[in-house]
Amino acid sequence: MEGCNLAEIISVEHLAYTYPGVEDAPGVPVFSDLNLKIEEGSFVAILGTNGCGKSTLAKHFNSILLPSGGKVYVCGIDTSNEGRIMSVRRNVGMVFQNPDNQIVANVVEEDVAFGPENLGIASPEIRNRVDRALKQVDMYEYRTHSPSLLSGGQKQRIAIAGVIAMEPKCIVLDEPTAMLDPRGRQEVMDTITRLNQEKKITVVLITHHMDEAARCQRVVVLNKGVVAADGTPQEVFSQVPLLHALGLAAPETVELCWALNQQGFDLPLDRLDPAACAQAIFHEVTV
Amino acid sequence: MKPILEIDNLTYTYSIGTPFEHTALDQVSFQVQRGEFIGIIGHTGSGKSTLMQQLNGLLKPTSGTVLLDGKDIWSDKKLTREARFRVGLVFQYPEYQLFEETVYKDIAFGPRNMGLSNEEVDRRVREAAGFVGLTEQQLEVSPFDLSGGQKRRVAIAGVIAMEPEVLILDEPTAGLDPEGRAEILGNIQAYRSAKNATIMMVSHSMEDVARLTDRLLVLNGSRLAMEGTPAEVFRHAEQLQQMGLNIPQVTQVFLHLRRLGLDVKPVYTIEQAADALKKMKGEVSTC
Amino acid sequence: MLRDITLGQYFPGNSPIHRLDPRTKLIVLVVYIVTLFLAQSWISYGILFLFLAFTIRISTIPLKAIVKGMKPLVMILLFTGILNLFFTREGEVLVSFWGLVITVDGVQRAILMMARILMLITCTFLLTYTTSPIALTDGLESLMGPLKKIGVPVHELSMMMCIALRFIPTLIEETDKIMCAQKARGADFENGSLMERAKALIPILVPLFVSAFRRADELATAMECRCYQGGQGRTKMKILRYHRNDMTAFGIGAALAAVVVVLGSFGL
Repeated sequence: MEGCNLAEIISVEHLAYTYPGVEDAPGVPVFSDLNLKIEEGSFVAILGTNGCGKSTLAKHFNSILLPSGGKVYVCGIDTSNEGRIMSVRRNVGMVFQNPDNQIVANVVEEDVAFGPENLGIASPEIRNRVDRALKQVDMYEYRTHSPSLLSGGQKQRIAIAGVIAMEPKCIVLDEPTAMLDPRGRQEVMDTITRLNQEKKITVVLITHHMDEAARCQRVVVLNKGVVAADGTPQEVFSQVPLLHALGLAAPETVELCWALNQQGFDLPLDRLDPAACAQAIFHEVTV
Repeated sequence: MKPILEIDNLTYTYSIGTPFEHTALDQVSFQVQRGEFIGIIGHTGSGKSTLMQQLNGLLKPTSGTVLLDGKDIWSDKKLTREARFRVGLVFQYPEYQLFEETVYKDIAFGPRNMGLSNEEVDRRVREAAGFVGLTEQQLEVSPFDLSGGQKRRVAIAGVIAMEPEVLILDEPTAGLDPEGRAEILGNIQAYRSAKNATIMMVSHSMEDVARLTDRLLVLNGSRLAMEGTPAEVFRHAEQLQQMGLNIPQVTQVFLHLRRLGLDVKPVYTIEQAADALKKMKGEVSTC
Repeated sequence: MLRDITLGQYFPGNSPIHRLDPRTKLIVLVVYIVTLFLAQSWISYGILFLFLAFTIRISTIPLKAIVKGMKPLVMILLFTGILNLFFTREGEVLVSFWGLVITVDGVQRAILMMARILMLITCTFLLTYTTSPIALTDGLESLMGPLKKIGVPVHELSMMMCIALRFIPTLIEETDKIMCAQKARGADFENGSLMERAKALIPILVPLFVSAFRRADELATAMECRCYQGGQGRTKMKILRYHRNDMTAFGIGAALAAVVVVLGSFGL
């Protein structure tokens, strides 16, 4: 297995990709020249409207799709190198939107074991990894349950456990909370935040929930196949007019400050937390 | 004015007499006026979905009554069937119910089941398509060739075409990006104002229900826990949080402002918040 | 309601039956079924019944669950009973009316046949209730292992079975949801001629197929992402091993078969 000593765990260089057309129809171009680097250990959100290419990009991170032009490197490995596909996939785990469609087995622990089994790991070690992974997502007590009886948030945590049991360097989550209720969303967000902080696993979160993106270290906004904004949540969300133009919105606290600024206030646009936002408003109103 | 829906002491128990017996609704009573926009909130398993299916006669109450326009929908077979059409139900992810060859035929499914004439079906299909912003050309394509957001709008049109007096929607914006959400909510508003229809919407987005609805029903543990205008309901922030529900971020900001010593009334939309603060700034700076 | 179907459902537990190796359970099941067809007398049936009752008892599966699972099969059961009741001509005539004859032999045979089917179904249920589908497919895969040599794709088949079992509850739930949604648009599944009712199924079947294909597609991608490349080089978390309990089970199974065969040779 490749050691991953590079600062960038994922590196996208001049990526071009066109969806093949059906029959004689021309293909649909998604990217023509996309550049992006994800640092090891970081927690990055990728934002954008439906159809901006977020999911297509995610599928390039572990060789499910291969570039039509340019390169994608994972831990320095070219994802289009056919002989190295398994090294790429064991380094970058994927979690998808619909938890039902990624759980293979009928018993929680058997499902978590699926990945390590495919890697050909020895049985006692699989057992260890499965138990560890289930404990990390706080689902150990459900290990003998049937996934079909669990809540959406719990199922999604099982899917995450299934990925971390393969001990990847990076997890890419493609709208993992889109089908969940607020409680499930909270569970998933807490789990991936913990994995990033405690296990130093790189997390790439594709989402269109602004409040989730606000919890990340870095936010990348994609629009029509190019990076439209990139920076800390504070830097990105303070560009309110840009977000509006792209069909996105800032978190409500920022939207409020921005609306007030239109009417003569002078508030900072980087307050993502209600308490901090209230502080700023209080200061402005009373002074 | 006579209420369009009167729900009296409604109780519903699933799988009576089996080990899986479970009371999903417990003595729920409320009334809905013609033309009202009602929001239904509550976490997963609180009984929201069961309640929806009671209102158009898909499920028969274990005890209690559902009066539509003053008549018990279960008193007569004809009335039960009529209730299906007068109370339109849009389920979660309704795009998964599409089945026809063309969008037109799919939207026409409901009206045809009502036994309407061809001309009337045609009028309704075109009108419903108009409400959700589908073009003439789109009516002739296969629904499976449309994007996710468009499919959802076709499915909603399929229910609107029955011209229900009460339109009930279960999380109509789930999984859509901010732009898609705004479009769907706009479609619903358009139908409501054109037909003076009553809308009942289940939603996890407190921001949406705060902005759109006249009155909220809060379900918790199979019971109706709270009922009132958004202002009345969101005043009980702590209780809501105990039920696993959020309150809008602006409301949270204002609760913090109160704690800081500002004399503000609770608000729940950005517009209200901006108005209140603008006045306050004026007052403070004039003195 | 569709959700009430329990066919093929697994009841997690830790009874001696649950703990048996799935291969043991499969082999004993086959032996039991064969024995059931060899049994000819009330005594043999009684012994087989006692064995079944004993197994249910120690499996801790509630009898209710088995009875509930039986419901969809009541028609087959009644049909067999009636067929045997009226079409047996031998033996002392009990009653005769409208040209139909019921004989003592007929009654006996009807009861035995119904008992045979009931016991057959019950023991199969007992296997699926006490064995997780994964263990079951692992067991089958291992038992059919020798077939690999003649080119039977044993791993692929067992993987398919495992996934099918995994998705049964999901698809049942989905069917329920689609039915509700179409009913809300006025679809009528209960009334009308046979033709009309068959036609009324289209609004359910089309979305169900579309969704099943979508799920299959997503699942295939998810499996690929988890480094699945077929059975080659794959290991297992749980390796199947026979324990002392399995030997006991084999012993009991063999003894049961022997007793019934011996009794049979004495005409009992």
